[in-house]
Amino acid sequence: MSLEEIKTILIHKFGEGIIVGEEPEGLQPALLIDPDRIVEVCRELKDNPKAYFDFLSCLSGVDYGTGLNRFGVVYHLASIPYQTRLTLKISRENSRDENDLPSFPSISNVYHAADWHEREAYEMTGIFFEGHPDLRRLLLPDDWEGFPLRKDYTTVDKYYKGIKID
Amino acid sequence: MNITNSKYEEALARYTKKIADAATEEMVLNMGPQHPSTHGVLRLELITDGEIVKEVIPHIGYLHRCFEKHAESLSYQQTIPFTDRMDYLASMNNSHIWVMGVEKMLGIDKDIPKRVEYIRVLVCELNRIASHLIAIGTYGIDIGAFTPFLWCFRDREHIMGMLEWASGSRMLYNYIWVGGLFYDLPVGFEERCREFVNYFKPKLDELNGLLTNNQIFIQRTANVGVLPLDVAINYGCSGPMLRGSGLKWDLRRIDGYSAYPEIDFEIPVGKGEMGTLGDCWDRYKVRIDEIEQSLRIIEQCLDRLQKELKRTPDFDPRALLPKKLTPKPQDYYVRGEGAKGELGFYFIHQKKKEYDKEGKERFLDTEIPFRVKSRGPSFCNLSVLPAISKGVMIADLISIIGSIDFVLGEVDR
Repeated sequence: MSLEEIKTILIHKFGEGIIVGEEPEGLQPALLIDPDRIVEVCRELKDNPKAYFDFLSCLSGVDYGTGLNRFGVVYHLASIPYQTRLTLKISRENSRDENDLPSFPSISNVYHAADWHEREAYEMTGIFFEGHPDLRRLLLPDDWEGFPLRKDYTTVDKYYKGIKID
Repeated sequence: MNITNSKYEEALARYTKKIADAATEEMVLNMGPQHPSTHGVLRLELITDGEIVKEVIPHIGYLHRCFEKHAESLSYQQTIPFTDRMDYLASMNNSHIWVMGVEKMLGIDKDIPKRVEYIRVLVCELNRIASHLIAIGTYGIDIGAFTPFLWCFRDREHIMGMLEWASGSRMLYNYIWVGGLFYDLPVGFEERCREFVNYFKPKLDELNGLLTNNQIFIQRTANVGVLPLDVAINYGCSGPMLRGSGLKWDLRRIDGYSAYPEIDFEIPVGKGEMGTLGDCWDRYKVRIDEIEQSLRIIEQCLDRLQKELKRTPDFDPRALLPKKLTPKPQDYYVRGEGAKGELGFYFIHQKKKEYDKEGKERFLDTEIPFRVKSRGPSFCNLSVLPAISKGVMIADLISIIGSIDFVLGEVDR
């Protein structure tokens, strides 16, 4: 199933506004989706018998750099019956204020695999996922401050619990 | 004499109520992080009702070593040793997939010499056998069988010795490099490898007799921890976990990377022979069958490495190493079949922004990725544990954990 056919399916179902852009070049072309409607898009791609993207390979939270102030989530979907792959991207501007985290809808109701990936993305890049059932920390200690995979992250203290940080 | 009278009924009701009231008490039980059967530093918080597990809450992160953060500050070549430390039982597979992704981004993936590709597949499959042997051996010891553990470690030791001979290290090899290999195989490696294959084949039959068809083992694993196929796919399970549920899904065949398209091998799947499809025994059996298939792959690799791709004095596996690993700005998700399942790396590569003396910004080529996300197979495989262990006995939970075969180094990264 080509990218054009997937676009046709999505535009037919949700209208023109659903796809906000496209990255046709490169090794893996990607579709940029309207961030507010990613859940519907994923559910449609999963349930539509022509697309059938039933496997969420990877979900990554991305901070696109200090100059841009833009945060995004990248979804890598795979279809087991058709053996095809698809990349979806959503992104949003944000001021990097810790009290105003960039927020995207959670797709963990569509793909359970997203559950832990979203928890990881939340603690690492500080992206909040609305509607996630259990958005606790996953890998870091409960009292960790800051979001380590943000590009403006710096270790403030010289010591962490008595251990010197180099 | 008829004992059914009102006094008796009353006593029986009293007794039943007492038992029913007593049985509703729940208890929180911590398993791990230092528990030997959790295969590393995994902590499980169990909400139990007597021996019945009502809910499992995994707590991970005890082995978190900031792989992604490290990868953002090191060049692609320097990160290869870090990938070795993810799934440390199958390091070759990790670095192979990392290297494949970088080669694809550089556009040199078609130029890799055939001999290099076959050596990569050979060492990867040897490492896959070593990883599965640990899975099988430790699974035996979880269930209470000590001998298979010793047998598996004895045979794994031969593989460790061979890989040490090739790379200089027992577990964390740093052997597969972008564009080639660290060294060519040592002289005599192919012969010794063939000796090992001939030695190991009958040992596998012995292992089958000892563990696979052992009635006690079957009683402990069949019909336990049944993972239905739709649940497995929805939770992103892959590798032996997914194939144990009956789906022929192997990225070595689907994507056909490296030398795998030229090699003939089967994809073993679970059939529900001893119980239900997708139970612990099926997952275990898939690993046993995969060892057999890996041996077949190794034999075919050896055939070619000893004949048409024979070692020549002027062959240099480092001849094609790029001087600078500077891909074009792009993003790429590479995936491959590690020992535990689909291992993926998502690279975002951008040019580095710098300011010159006049304060003008300019963009320079860089060897350091902008962002790397690693998708460990164990990470997703472990996330299905709460879903399949509701209402099982605590002893069966141990059996389920063992059959998932995760490595915490890869879960926590």
